[in-house]
Amino acid sequence: MTVLLELENAHARIGGAEVLNGAFFSVRAGELVALCGPNGAGKSTALRAALGLAPLTQGVARLGGDEARRLSERQRGERAAYLPQDRSIAWNLPAVEVAALGAPFLTGQAAVERARAALDEVGVGHLADRGVAEMSGGERARVLLARALTVPAPLLAADEPIAGLDPDAQLLVLERLRARADAGRAVLVSLHDLSLAARFADRVVVLDQGRTAAEGAPTAALSPRILKTVFNLDAVWLEALDGPWLAARRLSPHG
Amino acid sequence: MTGATRLNIALGLALAAALGVATTLGETAFSAAQYAQALSDPASGPGEVLWLVRAPRAVCALLVGAALGLAGAVMQGLLRNPLAEPGVLGVLGVSATSALAAATAIVLGLAAIPGAVESAALFGAAVGGGLLIVLAARVRAPEALILFGVALSSFAGALTALIFNLSPSPIASAEVMNWLLGSVENRSWNDVAWVAPALLIAAFLAREASPGLRMLTLGEEAARASGLSMGRMRVLALAASALAAGSAVAVAGVIGFVGLAAPHLVRAAVRGDPGRLLAPSALAGGLMLVVADLMARMLPTDQELKLGVFTALVGAPLFALIAWRAAREWRL
Repeated sequence: MTVLLELENAHARIGGAEVLNGAFFSVRAGELVALCGPNGAGKSTALRAALGLAPLTQGVARLGGDEARRLSERQRGERAAYLPQDRSIAWNLPAVEVAALGAPFLTGQAAVERARAALDEVGVGHLADRGVAEMSGGERARVLLARALTVPAPLLAADEPIAGLDPDAQLLVLERLRARADAGRAVLVSLHDLSLAARFADRVVVLDQGRTAAEGAPTAALSPRILKTVFNLDAVWLEALDGPWLAARRLSPHG
Repeated sequence: MTGATRLNIALGLALAAALGVATTLGETAFSAAQYAQALSDPASGPGEVLWLVRAPRAVCALLVGAALGLAGAVMQGLLRNPLAEPGVLGVLGVSATSALAAATAIVLGLAAIPGAVESAALFGAAVGGGLLIVLAARVRAPEALILFGVALSSFAGALTALIFNLSPSPIASAEVMNWLLGSVENRSWNDVAWVAPALLIAAFLAREASPGLRMLTLGEEAARASGLSMGRMRVLALAASALAAGSAVAVAGVIGFVGLAAPHLVRAAVRGDPGRLLAPSALAGGLMLVVADLMARMLPTDQELKLGVFTALVGAPLFALIAWRAAREWRL
């Protein structure tokens, strides 16, 4: 399958701190890759760097086969949709117009049609004409997901798209992203919920202190050793109804 | 017809009516026969009052108000902040640099040269706008831009105060003061010719920036990844607001609150869309200033109220009211 996104030996700094320190991963068409790691592991920066939104001090990011930093903004926008963690929406636009922002190069009517379909897809089609300021946090998160789904790009990168959502909404978001991947698109998503990562992702990339610590099939990448050394968890995988489930307890701070 | 189109048509009609009233009414009351004479013979006495005094003044108020309304709408969209305005809070500081340059020109005795003060004001706006464009290319956070604008505005304000301080004559000081208070009194068609082309160019630049302003609704990060050229958009938006604010200052001095209040008055009607806000905000700004100038003229005071003083007196409480109502919708 075509590799749509690739990060190779990425190093990046924010201020004086080295945030990425040898991160690598790749995402192919038709697969959903979960980016996991503790807080501060560099997930958001890795995701942004891969899309060409954060500069690398070393290494290379490739988007659709070309070096991301050499692409024009338009080319980047055509190759990848990005759903940032920040869910603030500055003005009280109707949901359908927020979702239509995903397709700025289509004519108004075509963008609105796509936006309505995407809102339906994430279960908020009935709120299409409501202002986003009059919505709950969960509804707004769905509208923003619909915006990302409206983008006509082969890759979707979502930064913690289920943070702060109720269980139903978490599952809905991941189901829609999974459906995207099954339809042949590529999806990269950063997640804190390791059970959900294992259940929905084809592969998991574990980042630790800015470098890739493990990569592969979910339960293999999230091995007991990685769970212990990276996540500070004493954990085992159980086989549950819907897939693997992580039973974990915290290790004491010193091992 | 969309809500925005209906709004624009309604505002356009109201504006035409306000212009008509502002041209018709004035300190000197005319009889029906005199109005008829003014219409049939523009060179007659009443004709001159209507077409060479009142009409250019009203059109100046319209264009200055439109420029301020446009500048306010662009700045609010760019900074994702409903408090951004060219004048009052000094956000972006363009009005302040513009006013400083114009005040300098007046003190240097250049006011007698036609166009000198106007050119100086535009030059000041260009310098202020240029500094902001250079800064915006380096930092993307709107907060940084706001703080830099406030610093720029304070510094320009301090230099303007220094001009008063060091001014060689009280007459020059009074002249600067008078001009800083903001007015469209005694403006001619020449002044209209100054502000109109600048406003047209600013409107064109703002229109080019509008898809980017709309995209910024989602925040800086999402906008950067959207495929739109946000760097280009930022330059266009800053140039548009600097040109619009500068041309307003060039013709009328410093007039506050219009740039703040006009976008607020029409925002709900375009459902918050910062791209569609530009035209109605300009129209509302024009309407506000034509009406405000008419009221300033008609109020029975010994000294005519300065337009800038009047807009601040009426605008500040009005703005507080709008802010109170709009507060629930803000995402600050």
